[in-house]
Amino acid sequence: MTDAPARPRSLAELFVAFTVLALQGFGGVLPVVQREIVERRRWMTQEEFIEEWAVAQTMPGPNVCNLSLVIGSRFFGLRGAATALLGLLLVPALVVLALGSIYSHYSDHPRVAGALRGMAAVAAGMIVATGIKLAATLRRHPLPLAVTLPLAALGVFGLVVLRLPMLAALLVLGGTGCVLTWRRLKP
Amino acid sequence: MTGALPAQDLAIVLAWHDWLDLFAHYLMISLMSVGGTIATTAEMHRYLVEQHGWLTQTQFNDSIAIAQAAPGPNVLFVALMGWNVGLNAGSYAAAALGVLVTLVGALLPSSVLMLLAANWGHRNRERRAVRAFKQGMAPLVIAMLVSTGIILGSANSDFATDWPLYAVSVTAALVIWRTRIHLLWLLAAGALLGALGLL
Repeated sequence: MTDAPARPRSLAELFVAFTVLALQGFGGVLPVVQREIVERRRWMTQEEFIEEWAVAQTMPGPNVCNLSLVIGSRFFGLRGAATALLGLLLVPALVVLALGSIYSHYSDHPRVAGALRGMAAVAAGMIVATGIKLAATLRRHPLPLAVTLPLAALGVFGLVVLRLPMLAALLVLGGTGCVLTWRRLKP
Repeated sequence: MTGALPAQDLAIVLAWHDWLDLFAHYLMISLMSVGGTIATTAEMHRYLVEQHGWLTQTQFNDSIAIAQAAPGPNVLFVALMGWNVGLNAGSYAAAALGVLVTLVGALLPSSVLMLLAANWGHRNRERRAVRAFKQGMAPLVIAMLVSTGIILGSANSDFATDWPLYAVSVTAALVIWRTRIHLLWLLAAGALLGALGLL
């Protein structure tokens, strides 16, 4: 399977598709992108989706935004990339700002403040869990766990305890990881 | 500044060079956001809350919680932080400017890079250097995510009174890690516990 069976007919269809899927995504849009773009609309094959996702994940920037750029650009070039990204962000941004504004009028209410405190605690746990889930992929990493786990632990120590700027951690620890991996991979 | 604004705990003055500084910082954050913008939360916290004091700890945490609870990409927490910085500066116009500055800053460099890299990376995906970069970043990406969660979860630093919050965070992390339950149920449970005054 090399050709995706279908494609969006217009920029408007692309925009609406990304707006609709973004509005379905609570706590993560990626699963919805896969279901809508690959399974329902058939704009990409499963294989193409996985390849593009790997690049989107590797590059800086929000993963799902990166993915929308790639999907949009393959159908309509630069205009398509911009349309898909705007579709993903515009209406949801208005929704988030509206919710934020409503919330700020009631932030003195103890139940509302309490509810948000509870949600913030869950959100913190969600992010840690995502990190732990990703850590499982280190078992298939070219470098042994004896190298990758200390590297990750050093990163946590630097960022949480020493409060290192992210850029320093990226350059030093990320760079170390890349160089070590490069040496391990067969040319 | 105007009566229509909700009461703010923080009033700040932002000169034009402060806005430029904010924009420049988000351009940099964009380039650092390997693993997603959420992975740079620690850096945003250092800059907005600790270094400049443009955002209160509560506003910072609430921005993330509201964006997580709302539909849409999680990156929209950036827009909400920009909105709150603008509100702290005293007007809805500043809030709109804050959204524009932070969101465009956080997305522009990474989007340009992504589009350039998408073609190139696809053509050269078997190359050793490409594979080394993709895979070599993995340990740090994981560290960034775990650190972000810990910093957010430990914002309430008094363990003696805030231990239920820590318990909720740890429980949520364990449940998400070990099960496939929809995240929305957990957020709802956290909200319910908080609304009942248990946290």
